[in-house]
Amino acid sequence: MKPRWIKDFHYPSRPEELAFGACTEAGVLITPNSGWRVFRPVIDHSRCVRCLLCWTYCPDGVIGKEEKELTIDYDYCKGCGICAHECPKRAISMVKEGKRP
Amino acid sequence: MAEVGIMAIDFKNLSDRELMYGQKTCPGCGATVAIRLALKILGERTFLCIPACCAAATTNAYPQTSFFVNNVVTAFPATGSTIAGMAAAAEAQGLEDVTILGVAGDGGTADIGLQALSGACERNDNVIYLCYDNEAYMNTGIQRSSSTPWGAWTTTSPAGEGARGVVKSRKNLFDIIAAHRVPYCATASVAYPRDFMEKIAKAKAIKGARFIHVQAPCPTGWGYPTEKTIEYGRLAVGSGLWYLAEYENGEMKLNMTPKTFKPVESYLRGQRRFQHMKEDDYRLIEKQRDREWALLRERMKS
Ligand SMILES: Cc1ncc(C[n+]2csc(CCOP(=O)(O)OP(=O)(O)O)c2C)c(N)n1
Ligand code: SF4
Ligand SMILES: [Mg+2]
Repeated sequence: MKPRWIKDFHYPSRPEELAFGACTEAGVLITPNSGWRVFRPVIDHSRCVRCLLCWTYCPDGVIGKEEKELTIDYDYCKGCGICAHECPKRAISMVKEGKRP
Repeated sequence: MAEVGIMAIDFKNLSDRELMYGQKTCPGCGATVAIRLALKILGERTFLCIPACCAAATTNAYPQTSFFVNNVVTAFPATGSTIAGMAAAAEAQGLEDVTILGVAGDGGTADIGLQALSGACERNDNVIYLCYDNEAYMNTGIQRSSSTPWGAWTTTSPAGEGARGVVKSRKNLFDIIAAHRVPYCATASVAYPRDFMEKIAKAKAIKGARFIHVQAPCPTGWGYPTEKTIEYGRLAVGSGLWYLAEYENGEMKLNMTPKTFKPVESYLRGQRRFQHMKEDDYRLIEKQRDREWALLRERMKS
């Protein structure tokens, strides 16, 4: 899961905000990866048994397991589909972006 | 974070906090799985060092980094020597609870970084070296490395009329490092995350030079759909073309010995890099595999 304290990235609007040399504020992520996605994973929570295989295999760590139901950070999910492919319960489906599940 | 007990990885107890996030690796990248899981076990008190490779190029988009641990980006051949220096610095500062971790690709390990790694192993520097093996120089556009398997197409080992991909068998890194008689050395696969994380946890608890060679399928370079990374990792082990082993206390051990192998075609056929292969190529690979396994079984307990 995305670390909670991470700050969102803003493009510098003034020269003072530009990074200088190797020194810049830490804990800021660069642009989201959601634009790469063609299909979006959608979890059917009624089928999920929390085996956490999707959580383990997710390359980008976008699945969160802290809440009662697993969460997905759609800002950083690239839509690779590993979670849906590996889910033993077929609880995750890949839905074309722009369509409703 | 609670100490992760050796041989008792439970996904439920692992930290949900990522130490690497937002990196620009390709969708479905196996190397990313390996680094993410390794950092989960090693925890925040890790000093990381990465040479030129996918893992460096995709995590350092100026001026930010995707890592939430300190990370030294080093020159392509220098992982072994850089982590040796970092370990010396940590020792000089009296830091005892830290792990020095080098993460490099197969090119940066088996080819250009081999002598620096060999030096670190020979001196028994207090480091962990994790080589994620995507079986070619991927970051620069799929060139052959000495860890690319026989017959694979890459841009520098073309396949087609009169050419059949890589013409040499791959180097066995596990054997090379075990020959240094290091305290711990292992192979792993991202498709077997429990085994992999147990090996990382084991390595964390040991002092001295530790080496883990993890196979990390690469959808971009191997040419398969992004969702099949784990499946291909499994097929590689199932068909006997990759193996899970450990070297510890002077003894080699196989962690998994398939009774019967899956046909090599099941692993090779779906990948673009093996598309040119014909029936006799498969049989040749099978023969090589059986010879390799006879050797493995002879040397190792399982
Ligand atoms: C001395 C030197 N030679 C060449 C390069 C260019 N280069 C950067 S990354 C790379 C390939 C790395 O391959 P590998 O170590 O297998 O990692 P991967 O990209 O596959 O993750 C090369 C050739 C370099 N950075 N430095
Ligand atoms: S080329 Fe392969 S190893 Fe490199 S980021 Fe892409 S999937 Fe990962
Ligand atoms: Mg490589």
